[in-house]
Amino acid sequence: MNVYPSDLKYSKEHEWVRLGNDGAAEVGITQFAQEQLGDVVYIDLPAVGAHIEQFKKMGEIESVKAVSEVFAPVSGEVMAINQELVQTPEAVNKDPYGKGWMVRVRLKDKGEAARLMDARAYQEMLGKAKH
Amino acid sequence: MPPGYKRTPLYTAHVSASARMVPFAGWEMPISFPSGIIAEHRAVRSSAGIFDVSHMGRLELRGAMAGAFLDTVLTADIPRLTEGRARYTFVLREDGGILDDCIIYKLKPERFLLICNASRRDEVVAWLVERFPYPPPQFIDRTEGTVMIACQGPAARDLVVGLLDSDVDELMPYSNKEMDVGGRRILVARTGYTGEDGMEIIAPGEMSTLLWERLRQKGATPCGLGARDTLRLEAGLRLYGQDMDTSTNPLEAGLERFVEFSKASFIGREALLNTRERGVARKLVGLEILGRSIPRHGYAILSDGQPVGAVASGSYAPTLDKNIAMGYVPTGLSAPGTKLWVDIRGKPVEAVVAHMPFYSRTRPLAPAGR
Repeated sequence: MNVYPSDLKYSKEHEWVRLGNDGAAEVGITQFAQEQLGDVVYIDLPAVGAHIEQFKKMGEIESVKAVSEVFAPVSGEVMAINQELVQTPEAVNKDPYGKGWMVRVRLKDKGEAARLMDARAYQEMLGKAKH
Repeated sequence: MPPGYKRTPLYTAHVSASARMVPFAGWEMPISFPSGIIAEHRAVRSSAGIFDVSHMGRLELRGAMAGAFLDTVLTADIPRLTEGRARYTFVLREDGGILDDCIIYKLKPERFLLICNASRRDEVVAWLVERFPYPPPQFIDRTEGTVMIACQGPAARDLVVGLLDSDVDELMPYSNKEMDVGGRRILVARTGYTGEDGMEIIAPGEMSTLLWERLRQKGATPCGLGARDTLRLEAGLRLYGQDMDTSTNPLEAGLERFVEFSKASFIGREALLNTRERGVARKLVGLEILGRSIPRHGYAILSDGQPVGAVASGSYAPTLDKNIAMGYVPTGLSAPGTKLWVDIRGKPVEAVVAHMPFYSRTRPLAPAGR
C-alpha cells in the first residue's frame, strides 16, 4: 500500500480527500493519523444530510489511549457515511484509504481543494513535524 | 523526547522493535509495540506478555532494624511477613493520605525490597531517608542498576521456568525467591499488575536483553504501558496518580483490607481509625458505560444532572468489549446497580455502578500432579 497515495489531497489535520468527477468526494484520515491514534475502537460521524464545513469539526475518533477530533477537509453535504466502519472501527487502522473511508460528501465548492496539500507536500509537512 | 528522561536497560531493544516511546514519570517508556494495545492485551489474557517495568522504584532495606522500621511506615504487618513472601501495602502520611502504594518483598530475615511507583520514587525515598537513620548499605536505591521484567499471562509460568536453572513450582502467588540463570542470581516473584498469573523478574541491568529476548523467543509478546493500563483496569487494580493520591485514603479507595489495623502503630493509623469511625463520604466504584464512547480521567460523573464525582481511570476494555471506568462517587451512590451518567465531552452517557474487578481469571491451577 502506498502510505500517502498521490491521487488524494491532504489536510494539516491529517484527513484525506478523494475527489470524484461527479462533484462528490470521499473523506478519511491518513496513515500517519491512524498510527498516532493506535487501536481505533469508536468513530462518531456526522449524520447523512448534515452539512460539514472545511476545517471545522465533523466527528470524533476514540482509540484505546486517546480521543481525537476529525475535521472536515472540505465543505458540503454528507451523502453517505461508512456504516461498515461504524461497526468495525478498526478498519481505519488496517486500511485507512479503502475500507476506512468515513463520509462521502457533495462538495459545496470544488475550489476548496486548492487549500489542501498534495501527497508530496503532506509528506514534507510530516517530515518537519517529526523533527 | 524532552531531555533529561531516563532510559531503562531495555531502551535499545524497544526502539529496535519499533516501539512507540513516550515520556512517563521521568522515563522514556514504550506505550505500545507495532502489534498495538489490543493485540498485546489479548496476548496477556490468552498466552503471555512481557513488560519492561524497570522504571518502578526498587528500594532495598537491610539490617536488624529494617523490619521494625518498615512496620512503622507501611500498613502491612511486617513481623508476620515470612521470608520469601510479598504484600501489597501503603505508605501513608499522618493524615491517612496515600503517599504511595507499594509491594514489600521479604527476601531474607533482615533484607527487604520495596517496589514503589516510578512517579513516587523521589517522594518515597525522601520519606524513608528522613525516618530511617541508617545510611547505605542499609538503605540502597537499586532502581537504576537493575532491570525489572513482568511476564504475565496463563503461559507466563512455563516461560519463566524455561528460563531458569531451577523450577518455580514452589513459588506461590505473592512469593519471591532468588534463582539462577546461567550462574547469575536474579529475583523471581509471583506478582504482577494484569489480573493474570505471572512473574516479575529483577536482575542486574546487564542481563536485561538476554532475559527479554529469551522470553520473546519462547513466545511472549512484548507489551507496553498502554496494555498494562487496560489490563490492570479490567482487573480493578488501582493506579497511583489517577485512582489515588495524597488526598485519598485506602478506605475511600476500597483497599481497607491492605491496612493492618491490629498493628499497634503505623504512620496514618490514627487518622484512618477516625475516618473509619465516621465513615467515608466518597468511595471508588467501578462503572460500566452503556454507550460506545470512552470515559477518561477527569470526566465528571453525574447524578440527576448534577456532578457528583469524577472518573479516575477509564478505558475501552478489550476482554469485555465494553467501556469501563473507576471513579469516586458519594458513598450513597456507590452500590452496584446504581444508575449514573458520565459527562463525555458535554454529552451525558449512561453508566451503571458495577462489581469490581470487571474481569477475574479463574483461580490458577495447582502445578500438575500436586
